[in-house]
Order: sequence, then structure tokens, then C-alpha cells
Amino acid sequence: MAEKQIPAPRTITTKPRTSDKIFRGVIFAGALSSLVILAAIAIFLGLRGFEILAREGLSFVTGYEWFSSINSDGTAGEDPSVYGIGAMLIGTIVTALIAVAIGVPIAIAAALYLNFYSPNAIKGFLVGVIDLMAAFPSILFGLWGFNILMPSGEYWAKLLHKYLGWIPLFDVSTPFFSRSPFIAGLVLAIMIIPIVTSIAREVFSQTPLDRIQAAYALGATKWTMIRAVVLPFGYSGVVGGAMLGLGRAMGETVAVFTVLNIIFQANFQILLGAGGNVASLIILKFGEASAEEIKALMAAGLMLFLLTLLVNMLADLLVNRTVKQGR
Amino acid sequence: MSTATLNYPKPQKPWRPKQRDLVPTYLGVIATLLGTWALVEFTGLAGKLGAFGAAVLCTTVVSTFLAGRSRGKQAAKNAAVASLITSLALLAMFPVISILGTVLVRGTKGLYTGFFTTDMGLASVNDPLNVGGILHAIVGTFLMIVIATVISVPLGISTAIYLTEIRGPGSRLIRFLVQAMSGVPSIVAGLFIYSAIITGSGRGFNGLWGALALAILMLPTVARTAEEVLLLIAEDLREAGLALGATQWRTVAMVVVPAAKSGLITAMILGIARIAGETAPLLFTTGGGDATNLNPVDGVMGSIPFAIWKALISGSAESNARAWASILVLLVLVMILFFSARRLGKARR
Repeated sequence: MAEKQIPAPRTITTKPRTSDKIFRGVIFAGALSSLVILAAIAIFLGLRGFEILAREGLSFVTGYEWFSSINSDGTAGEDPSVYGIGAMLIGTIVTALIAVAIGVPIAIAAALYLNFYSPNAIKGFLVGVIDLMAAFPSILFGLWGFNILMPSGEYWAKLLHKYLGWIPLFDVSTPFFSRSPFIAGLVLAIMIIPIVTSIAREVFSQTPLDRIQAAYALGATKWTMIRAVVLPFGYSGVVGGAMLGLGRAMGETVAVFTVLNIIFQANFQILLGAGGNVASLIILKFGEASAEEIKALMAAGLMLFLLTLLVNMLADLLVNRTVKQGR
Repeated sequence: MSTATLNYPKPQKPWRPKQRDLVPTYLGVIATLLGTWALVEFTGLAGKLGAFGAAVLCTTVVSTFLAGRSRGKQAAKNAAVASLITSLALLAMFPVISILGTVLVRGTKGLYTGFFTTDMGLASVNDPLNVGGILHAIVGTFLMIVIATVISVPLGISTAIYLTEIRGPGSRLIRFLVQAMSGVPSIVAGLFIYSAIITGSGRGFNGLWGALALAILMLPTVARTAEEVLLLIAEDLREAGLALGATQWRTVAMVVVPAAKSGLITAMILGIARIAGETAPLLFTTGGGDATNLNPVDGVMGSIPFAIWKALISGSAESNARAWASILVLLVLVMILFFSARRLGKARR
């Protein structure tokens, strides 16, 4: 009988096996998809819009005129085309700010209510209702906003104008209240309430319990506790949530298009039925655009992409900081 | 022998308010109701929201007064804020109720049995409501969702696995980019596909391009939800797998992913719910046909959001009714997805 061979001891190594190497490679490739897609979006929109951006220069962002020179047979016309999205950019920011001004206080109140006031029995139900609202498609908000909200919105706009018309913001040059930035802002406010609420709720729920109890032990009422502990703690997170809402409101397309009257001039009278919106401009002009105008629309899309990306990144930084701080 | 009846004293509840103590509360309720009625009757506050505003005002004033009278200034402030916060939270629920009610009432009018079995290929927008349907749109939406899911779920889950299991270089950057990507406007996704694939190449609109645009929007939702789910898996399970001599690949595939299965399905469903109603990207990519088209790589393809969009901008009474009926179908679809995701999520915890 041959003597049993004692196997040589296994060499201990931290080198991953081949299967693990393949696994990590595949997963890493998948994880890079978001980077690749974001880069591809910027590159392709930039590539297609480059011609217009180079020709118009800065006036693409600051100009108020959008004129595509085209003859009835589809050839380019004699007058030079002019593309400027200044009015649209201003309009986008104005409507988004209105949405934030209306939506964020409601969302913060809803988050405070859900975290600190609501009876446990209905809390789950209310959270479900708010989350469901986030799942509603944007065209539903558009249809509902146009048919149901707009008549009431006009009524409130008239009330605002009647009693607060001496403030320049609520003044109108002609009494035309339909399809105004105010109404678009209302629809957007409703659309951003769920996301701001859920972020504010998460931020508030990270408030350290010992600080809350310390406040109560010192004799604070619920409101003084919230003001002294919860709000200072959650401040930057809530600001981040509001900015996330701002980003959503800027990029929203269909809902705004159905309720907003697009006019190529800067309008700061929010109750007047004349506004601008980059995303709606793209939808409005896309159908019958010439090849050159399509390029201009791509450039407009690039601006919208960069604007929302910037706002979102800032917002995420703020939210992440607060949420981490509590853990 | 007589049974001695023991006279147990009745349980005392000294903390329970006596009738006399409740008088201010009763008076407060009456004052609130009266005040609300008076405000609605004698001022310009009109409609449901006006009545709601009046009720909020009166409740706040009365509860503040009552709390202030019995417990001082701080209690009064507390009561005022509580009443305000509660009413603002209620206000946030208003649109949901209004939207659900409107869609139910208006949507059922346009429904008939043929609505689900015929398409708009031979019907015009002005035809009466018993002609034409949204079969083409349902088929198109279904096909595009399937394709988008097939593309984005593997990418999203591998992103999540990279962030939670491998935790390799650039994890923070990738997490940040995924977050930023979830804020990309849906119209930009459509424009991107249009600019990258369709324009200048001679390729026409079709369902596949629409599905690609939807996949871009679905990816961050899947990745973020899947990451949260994988983070909930106990570290012990991973260590047990490794201690048994499994490679990382076997641990993830045989232990972690099966343990997180229902959560990963939830992530997929939430992703589908995110894209099911997207309209803007489809406007630039699918062309929105009216006839049923089963081939996603050839020819224009309809979808429920696009059908609603078309009906909405054509503006006739019949097409408006059709739009509401289609949105009812879409809403039911989204709600089924939403509630199944919630049920799965609950079962996990």
C-alpha cells in the first residue's frame, strides 16, 4: 500500500478567484450605466445643438425671440432665424418658484403632522395616500388641472388681484387670468408635495430622540419642542427637499403644457395668462419644426438638462448631509 | 344563609372630565360651526375650499382661545400651531380625493366593452363613443414596459449590488449620479433618444426607441429601491456564505439575492409604476400610432399616455370622454402596481 500523500497546505491569498473577477467586472459595468447614460445625454444633445449654440452664443440664453425662418414649402426663408430661450428660462424658474412657495409649506406641515401629530391608526393610511399621489402620471395632473383646477384657480387669481393687486407681483396689465403661471404653479405645487413630504418626513424622523425628550423634560410644549429641536435639526435637509421639488417642477412637461399659455416675453405678473417654460416650448415646437429648429430645440433641452441636474445635485448634497448626521 | 352582597366601590376615574368641565368644549364646537357658517355666508369665500378655509380659521381661533384661557400663552400657541399643521396636512390630501373622484365619474362614461378590444385605426377622434378603443395603446404600453424592464432591471440591480456588496471604487460617485439621474426630466430622456438614434439616421419612430427612453427613467428608481432592499439584508447572511467557503459571486447569487427577492420585485414594480404613465418621452420616440402594432421594431406604436395626449389636444367632446376613460384605465393600472408593491413591501418587514 502506497503511503498516503499529505497534500501541500493551501496557499492563503486575498486574490479573488476568476469567477469573482468576472462577477465584479460584470456588476461594475452595470453600475457604470448611470454615468454612461448621463454623459451620453449631455454629449448627444450638445452635439446636435452645437451649431445653434455656437451661432447664437450667449443670446441663446438671454434672447427673448424664437423665430424659425421657413417658407411654406419647407425651405429656409430669407430672414435669418433667431433662437433665444431667455423668456422660457425665466418662465420656467418663475413657475417652479411659485410651485415651491405654495407646495413646500404644505409639504412641511404634512411631514410634521405625520411624524408628530397624527394618531397611529391613520398614519399608515395617510402615508399611503401621499405616496399614491407620487405615483400618479403627470398627464393625469395635466388633465385634472385643466378641467377641474383651472376654473377655481382663476377665481382665486381674481380674488388675489382684487385685494392684493397693489403688490406688483399680483398686478395684471390686462384682465386675462386663464392659463397663467400662477395656475401652472398650483398644478406643479400639487405634483411636488409628495416628494417634498417624503423627504421632510425622513429628515424629521432622524431627529435624535434624546433631544426631543430633553425638550419635553424641560417643559416644552409640542410646538416649542418642534421649533427648538426638530426644525433646526432638519433645516438643511428640508431645504434640500425643497430644491429637489424645484428641480422636479422645472423639468415637468405635460402637466405644464396643458395649463400654461406660452408667450415669448418675460412676464413677472404671475396672475396674467402668459408664461414660458422650456419643456413646454420643446413640445410646442417639436411637431412642425424644421431641421434647424430641431437643433435649436436640442440646445434648449441641453439647457434644461444642465439646469435640473445642477439643482438636483445641490439638493442631494443637502439632503444626504442631514440624513447622515442623524444616524 | 344569606349571600352577603359585597359592595364593591364603583371604579373611580377622577381624571375623566366632568360634564361641567366639558361645557367650554361644547361651546367651542358650536362657536366653530356658527363661525364657519357665518364666514361662508357673508364673505367671498366660495366653494369647498372656501368652506374648508373658513372652518380652519374658526377652529384655530376657538381652540387657541380655549387653550389660552385654561392653560396660558404657551398652550395657546401650541394649539394654534397644531390646528394649522393639521389643516395644512388635510389640504395636501384634497387633490388626491378630487383626482380620484373626477377620474371615476368622468372616466366611466367613456367606457364600453369594445373599448378594450378595438383600436382607433379605423375610428376618428370625433366618432361616437361606442366606436374605437384603446387596444393599440394597451398593447403598446405593455410591450414597451416589458422591453424597458428587461433593459433597466439588470442594470439597476447590478448598480445596487455594486453599491452594497462590492462597495468598490467610485461607489459614492455612482450613488450620487443615480440620485441625480432620478431627477432628469422625462422630456430630456425622450429628446436624448431622438437626438442619438432617430434624427439624421433615417430610422423612423417605433416602440423600441420609446422603451429605451423609458428604461432611462426606470433605471434610477430600480437602482435606489434595490439598494435600500439589499442594505436591509443582515450582514450575518453574507458572512455565513463566505465562511462556508463560497466565493463572493456564489454568496450574492445564492444567499443575498434570494433573501432579497420580494424586495427586488418591489423595486421592479415601483420602476414600472414610474414609467407606466410617462408621456413626454414617448412623444419624441414612438410616433403614437392608432392601429394595433405588435412589432416594437417596425412602425409607430401607440401607448395609453399617448392616446390620452392625442385625445386631449384634438379637443372634441367625444375625444375628451375617451381621454378620461383612458386615464381611468391608466390609473387603475398604476394603482394595481402601487398596491402590489406596498403589499410586497409589508410582507418583507
